[in-house]
Amino acid sequence: MSVDAATVRRIAHLARIAVTEAEVPHLQGELNTMLAFVEQLSEVNIDGVEPMTSVTPMEMKKRQDVVIDGEIPDDIVRNAPETQNHFFLVPKVVE
Amino acid sequence: MTVSVKPGKLIKGQTGDWEVVIGMEVHAQVTSKSKLFSGASTEFGGEPNSHVSLVDAAMPGMLPVINEECVKQAVRTGLGLNAKINLRSVFDRKNYFYPDSPQGYQISQYKSPVVGEGEIVVELDGGRTATIGIERLHLEQDAAKLLHDQSPTMSCVDLNRCGVALMEIVSKPDIRDAEQAKAYVTKLRSILRYLGTCDGDMEKGSLRADVNVSVRKPGGPLGTRCEIKNMNSINFIGQAIEYEARRQIEIIEDGGTIDQETRLFDPNKGETRSMRSKEEAHDYRYFPDPDLLPLEFTQSYVDELKAKLPELPDQKKARFIESLGLSPYDAGVLVAERESAVFYETVLDGLADKARDGKLAANWVINELFGRLNKEGHGITASPVSAAQLAAIVSLIGEGTISGKIAKDLFEIVWTEGGDPRELVEARGMKQVTDLGAIEKVVDDIIAANPDKVAQAKAKPQLAGWFVGQVMKQSGGKANPQAVNDLLKTKLGI
Repeated sequence: MSVDAATVRRIAHLARIAVTEAEVPHLQGELNTMLAFVEQLSEVNIDGVEPMTSVTPMEMKKRQDVVIDGEIPDDIVRNAPETQNHFFLVPKVVE
Repeated sequence: MTVSVKPGKLIKGQTGDWEVVIGMEVHAQVTSKSKLFSGASTEFGGEPNSHVSLVDAAMPGMLPVINEECVKQAVRTGLGLNAKINLRSVFDRKNYFYPDSPQGYQISQYKSPVVGEGEIVVELDGGRTATIGIERLHLEQDAAKLLHDQSPTMSCVDLNRCGVALMEIVSKPDIRDAEQAKAYVTKLRSILRYLGTCDGDMEKGSLRADVNVSVRKPGGPLGTRCEIKNMNSINFIGQAIEYEARRQIEIIEDGGTIDQETRLFDPNKGETRSMRSKEEAHDYRYFPDPDLLPLEFTQSYVDELKAKLPELPDQKKARFIESLGLSPYDAGVLVAERESAVFYETVLDGLADKARDGKLAANWVINELFGRLNKEGHGITASPVSAAQLAAIVSLIGEGTISGKIAKDLFEIVWTEGGDPRELVEARGMKQVTDLGAIEKVVDDIIAANPDKVAQAKAKPQLAGWFVGQVMKQSGGKANPQAVNDLLKTKLGI
């Protein structure tokens, strides 16, 4: 499996990462090297093997339905570049 | 996918009849105190970003831990939809980049949902029903709320709703017209409210629907569908479908093609319009969420929840028809809203003779009470006449203490002034006169005073009604109508 230049641009767009045309060939090479590395896994026959979800056999822990968190709006927006009345402010997104 | 022809209203176009094929995705907010994967409150509203934990804000290193109550609610809902419960399901990441998702993805269930196929029966006009298949139900996170009108250049982000548990309930493409679509959402909402798994408050957005609409020649190949997003009113859903189906038919008949797209319904104009230009199809790049193990539980856990399910609307309706002799229509009206059913059953509990007066009580709840509540714009929970008061009024009629006509006056007094109906009847002398001697005297007086009418009535027996009216008038409506009728018949010899 490998990616072409168009796929690199598309992935960048989906992740909203600005990539200049000049950067595309370099990123394409890097991605393809990674994919080639992962590709080695396809040598293993996994017919009838369930995907492994945990290295230890355990069940998912569940939480009780109680409110024990929140009410910390100052902390929530502390790192935000721009806020107003505890709202995060982002560039207008509506079309 | 093959989609079978089902009964439904066809739409006439210039080239003949068209069948509308509709499927729905309903998002129902799970009733729980805390969020799906964090301990922050689910309470509606609140100061911006107050009901938010560091997990909801997707701060680095925060890990989701599932709320067991939300799982339970999803399973209970699945059981209420007669659906297959999957003992093992998986959470996936649905990746997209938008300010309503600080994680950059929504935790949802893609390939392995917690609930599989089921079906519900919906009620249509004229006692008809339709069976609508359920494709699946899965758990997922709600997104943040964005406000665009606070500033000309910026959007405000409030994460209070972010991470609240939603059940996405996907129907099969079994719906064929607007009426069925409205009936489907109505029934779904009713079931959720009986189960207590979603409050069904559409105004607050607790229940919203995405409606997929396409048209085809009856039984022909499926047309391209358009998705009308975020409908939060059952009436608007009906209007949007009518409009959208006609729009698609016109385009096709004019030789055009339908673009698969997302559309919004504008209630003011009564039309749908394209929501966004789609340069590329959505690519959510789903993959299993590595932060969460598969969701697993045992069959005995499911059985236990099933054993504790409340009586659902269909069962309640059947019981009302069978044990109380209500008409299917009346039973349907009473069970449609959970609060109405609770009210009616409280009235039943207050009756001296349930078997005798149960049906009469249904008439009074539906006609007098609901009629009056609708007129005044009250909900059943704000009724000025309590279930106990109504039960007393109905019992007074049933045991023959007051007539139905007097009961209406009594109802009016209880509505405006309140009070114990039995005491009111005593205090205001509203008791029905069943003393035959007293009624006979009135009857005799009227017959004596109106010889001409007597002659007419003998010739034309239906004129006896005039005498009944006179007797009732004289007695202030308190004479027992049956006794009056019997007496008149004897005295007039008809």
